[in-house]
Amino acid sequence: MHEIIIEPDKSVKHYWRELWQYRGLFYFLTWRDLLVRYKQTVFGIAWSVLRPVLTMLILTVVFGKIAHLPSGGTPYPILVFVAMLPWQFFSSTLTVGGTSIVTHSNMITKIYFPRLIIPTTSMVVSLVDFAISFVLLLVLMIVYGFWPNSKIFVLPLLLILAAMTSLGIGYWVTALNVKYRDFRYIIPFLVQFGLYISPVGFSSALVPDAWRLIYSLNPMVGVIDGFRWALLGNQIVLYIPGFILSIVLSMILFISGIWFFRKTERSFADII
Amino acid sequence: MISDNYIIQVSDLGKKYIIGHQKQAHYHTLRDSMAHWGRGIWQRLRRPLSPNQEKVDLEEFWALKDINFEMPQGERVGIIGPNGAGKSTLLKILSRITEPTTGRVHIRGRVSSLLEVGTGFHPELTGRENIFLNGAILGMTRAEIKRKFDEIVAFAEVEKFLDTPVKRYSSGMYVRLAFAVAAHLEPEILIVDEVLAVGDGQFQKKCLRKMEDVGQEGRTVLFVSHNMPMIASLCDRCILLNNGRICEYDTTKKVIDLYYSKDGIGNGEVDFTRRDRQPGDKSARLLKVRTLNSQGETTTEIRIDEPVTVEMEYELLADNLGVTPEFVFWNAEGVCVFDAQDTPVDPRGELKKEKGLYLARCHIPPDFLNDGTYYIGFLLSKAFKTNWHFNEKDILMLRIVDPLDNIITRGWYSGKIPGVVRPVLQWESVKMSYN
Repeated sequence: MHEIIIEPDKSVKHYWRELWQYRGLFYFLTWRDLLVRYKQTVFGIAWSVLRPVLTMLILTVVFGKIAHLPSGGTPYPILVFVAMLPWQFFSSTLTVGGTSIVTHSNMITKIYFPRLIIPTTSMVVSLVDFAISFVLLLVLMIVYGFWPNSKIFVLPLLLILAAMTSLGIGYWVTALNVKYRDFRYIIPFLVQFGLYISPVGFSSALVPDAWRLIYSLNPMVGVIDGFRWALLGNQIVLYIPGFILSIVLSMILFISGIWFFRKTERSFADII
Repeated sequence: MISDNYIIQVSDLGKKYIIGHQKQAHYHTLRDSMAHWGRGIWQRLRRPLSPNQEKVDLEEFWALKDINFEMPQGERVGIIGPNGAGKSTLLKILSRITEPTTGRVHIRGRVSSLLEVGTGFHPELTGRENIFLNGAILGMTRAEIKRKFDEIVAFAEVEKFLDTPVKRYSSGMYVRLAFAVAAHLEPEILIVDEVLAVGDGQFQKKCLRKMEDVGQEGRTVLFVSHNMPMIASLCDRCILLNNGRICEYDTTKKVIDLYYSKDGIGNGEVDFTRRDRQPGDKSARLLKVRTLNSQGETTTEIRIDEPVTVEMEYELLADNLGVTPEFVFWNAEGVCVFDAQDTPVDPRGELKKEKGLYLARCHIPPDFLNDGTYYIGFLLSKAFKTNWHFNEKDILMLRIVDPLDNIITRGWYSGKIPGVVRPVLQWESVKMSYN
């Protein structure tokens, strides 16, 4: 028989099993977000194509053509586009996910479900954009006659790394945003700022060696470098200590993010 | 004695809120928190042994305290009580939306809670899409929704608009669709909060029937409402909550009678000034309400051919308020009989009132309402606005009795005369011709 015990400060023993039981809701919320996304937009799904292409053009012009930054032998648009894959995935997960609990306050105060579902949904929605961008990248590569080698098969692992980083920061920010609405302002700033301090528009090889490890404290550096390493053939040498640092940081963010979210989620309905 | 035959068992349940933290400040800013920590640390440094001052400043408020009850399987239990008694908090704890501060709840079965209809409805999505979404939010599986889809659509009467975004629905259609999904839930325990107070009368009745079916199928229902007639017709037993505590848990009739009698022992008066909190907001409060017979005595029972006077005393806490007192009468079927406003005195609410105590009185003529039970709500609406300072439903109960000795309205017929009202109208009966 289905039994529920409600007690104060009970650490939910069956948290993960319950999360699994609510997978249907997870599916439907994702489905809804995808459906709603482009309703009443003129260009519809074309926005998923236009956005990355325009961003890529601007970054290429600014960093490649105006600033004349070296690309290490890779065509500049491809160098930029490869980095934009994880970056856009990260930024849209964070932007949508970060405010998601507050946006769904109506549901939070009326219905019980594991709250972790809500910010995680935004990651899956971003994943769809990621897939579209990935197809665009392939087209771009065909245009430039640029072929990735077998390292491309490491890509799924790198995608998991990107997801962990985005969700880790996302969980922290989402939970904090419930109590401190300051994060509503911090998130866009973080995303905008992050675009420039992460090696999206340029190669991280430009960073002086002495600073490289410190630079890798930004976990997205490892993720982006990983993507370039996997997709851009042999021109890219992966800076191993920095990459390992990024992985460790991503894991810490992800685990602590879940911990913090779970710790605070029981009071969401009271303070939202 | 603790029996073993329960489906819900609640023991020593309590819920504490910190007023000033969660109640007043809607949300903090990071700066507030930092300043707060800063002050705290500074005080600690200056006087390390003094009690933490910040903590003393915060007021604790127990929304629920020492709640103990058990519900056997298949029982329909109503929860009634004045506003702020803790009804919604109790439902929220039972549906796991918020955590209790003390105590324990043991539930044996699948719970569905309906604290609002249409939770998660998205205006851009079509009716069809929203049925699936809302079903999933309420805990139905996809297979379950598919199986009941046609039934839900038929119940909501929206067949033609299934592929229209719900933002183009009329509010009636919207509510019907939302309720239709909810009504087709099949949990072992259903928790319902005041959701039936929507939709048109016809649809309300349909929902009521559906709810009754739910109860007859052996499902356990926990139902919060201000609608006493609905509680009376739906629930076997009732819990009366007041100030976060259970006052009574007994058969519905006993509890409802107790509810209406507790303030003046059945004399048709409620004195809010004797309570901890009065209904109202920052600028107006409801103090006293009463029903009076023609002798000026407070009463709960009146002959059909007698006039009755309804009064409310309220206090304005600010100057220059344009307010309109209203009395709303509901009958035992949950139909709003009329909403009387003092517009004859002040048609547009232009009379700006000063701060102070006010009395609003309304005379209801004899031979107007049919015999039966009426529930009276008291409202003070803001002029030019659609909201109010207070809106207290079902505060007083009034029985209109027909002693069967007045032949003016019934002739020699002694059965129940249908109709919401039974006015004595002007008649003319003349003979027109021989053939």
